[in-house]
Amino acid sequence: MIEVEHLTKKFGDLFAVRDLSFRVEKGKIWGLLGPNAAGKTTTMRILTGYLPATNGKATVSGYDVFEQTNDVKKITGYLPEVVPLYTEMTVEEYLKFVADIKQIPPDKKKEAIGRSIEISGLDLVKHRLIRNISRGFKQRVGIAQALIHDPQILILDEPTIGLDPAQIIEIRQLISSLKGEHTIMLSTHILAEVTQICDGVVIISDGQLKASGSLEELTSSLTERDGVFIRLKKAGEELMSLFSSIPGVENVFRQDDGFKIEWGTDKDIRDVITRYVVDNDLGLIEMKSLGMNIEDLYLKVISGGTEQ
Amino acid sequence: MNNIWAICKREIKTYFTSPIAYVAITVFLIVTGFFFYTLIQWFNLQSMQMARNPQYYQQLNINQMVYAPLFHNISIILLFLVPILTMRLFAEEKKSKTEELLYTSPVSISQIILGKYFASLLVLLVMLFLNSLLSVFVFAFGNPEVLPLLSGYLGLFLMGAAFMALGIFFSSLTENQIVAASLGFGFFLLFFVLNWASQFAGGIWRSVLNYLSFFQHFDDMTRGILDTTDIVYYLSLIFFGLFLTHSVIQSRRWR
Repeated sequence: MIEVEHLTKKFGDLFAVRDLSFRVEKGKIWGLLGPNAAGKTTTMRILTGYLPATNGKATVSGYDVFEQTNDVKKITGYLPEVVPLYTEMTVEEYLKFVADIKQIPPDKKKEAIGRSIEISGLDLVKHRLIRNISRGFKQRVGIAQALIHDPQILILDEPTIGLDPAQIIEIRQLISSLKGEHTIMLSTHILAEVTQICDGVVIISDGQLKASGSLEELTSSLTERDGVFIRLKKAGEELMSLFSSIPGVENVFRQDDGFKIEWGTDKDIRDVITRYVVDNDLGLIEMKSLGMNIEDLYLKVISGGTEQ
Repeated sequence: MNNIWAICKREIKTYFTSPIAYVAITVFLIVTGFFFYTLIQWFNLQSMQMARNPQYYQQLNINQMVYAPLFHNISIILLFLVPILTMRLFAEEKKSKTEELLYTSPVSISQIILGKYFASLLVLLVMLFLNSLLSVFVFAFGNPEVLPLLSGYLGLFLMGAAFMALGIFFSSLTENQIVAASLGFGFFLLFFVLNWASQFAGGIWRSVLNYLSFFQHFDDMTRGILDTTDIVYYLSLIFFGLFLTHSVIQSRRWR
């Protein structure tokens, strides 16, 4: 579990992070979102003990980041924005070095290195010099390095940057598979990534918290209306009044070759509509939920500044 | 202890998998070997000339005539080479952002500094050891005194170790290796010749400048005089250099 309370970091007179508070539950994957220079990297650096904060409190698995820094470092794996690689070493040598400084006991070292190589798919390149392997493999070495001591907490700064689409999917699967045993916080610019693998998000801008919570919580609290888009074989105007007459429905619009039906977020009448369609034999072609998606959420939060 | 060893091991590997250590050691051996050769030749010549004059012949001393100047020459070469050996140690970590790995691992700053320092000392030891092998010839064909020789090498080692500690400090100041090397080189040279100014300084300044100069403390050792003042001087320089490095790294992270 990661808890941050009123965290502030100043560089000179500049606030990199200002009065930031959020919570990441144990075993969950949490995304840290925000525009460039929002303070994402600074927040992660503070959580890993790389940078001290100017003010505030942060605890990781119950350890105070500023008081028990060494304990925090032992249980945290960190992939920085720029992967910290010693390019004159081979992949295996490098991981051996990381295993040493992460204080893995000598009898478990070999196993830990083997496991991290296997998980990150580095078997092919493990005897090659890091300077000679491709960008994607370097990124994987970064992930292997963060995972090597099987940390409870994983902090990943843009883990999929610089990878090709197939590799991105692999890395996402890898991160998802680590869920449960590990508490993961990752920063990213790719919003689709958040919906695919994250349980919740923290959105920050200008170093300040804009929103945080699980995805469902956030989307439902930010939308006033829920709705569906529905496409039918029959498409006469008379259907407009038919849908309007369903109890709870607030608006019905024509959209493209179908209808958009909206109702208040306090109830869910999807099944009522479905039954209606079936009972009246309207010939259902397509029906999809029109809840707020992550892009809408992000843009709304960044521009609006709603705090949750 | 394990942490220091882990850091040290990696640095040693870097020294010896890249050309740095090989080039530095080779240059060092060629130049010092040349000095040694010319000094021995000169000593030879002197011996032959003085063989005709028994009174002077008594005064021939290989320690005084070959080793003392040799040690002085080696100290000058160290002054050039040490900044090159230390410039990488922290500057490169900073530039390539690998320091982020070190500072987020359960390793203390002191352990990182000591690990790197010991690795640089090892290179120094290798250089001095290989150089000392030249003396095999001197022992085979002559009989130099052993103690002044040992104290001379000890002096070289202590001076090199102090250079290394200060060089690491300069490396921690910047992410540019050339800047680190230039600072080190300039500083060492200045402190080497600081005693020159003592001739013009009066009173307490004369002794202060003399005390601070590298040269003054080294000179005794080349002649076989081991004084605790000199050893304390070098040890405090080493401590000072490493302590400053620690402060720089600590303060940089708090800024």
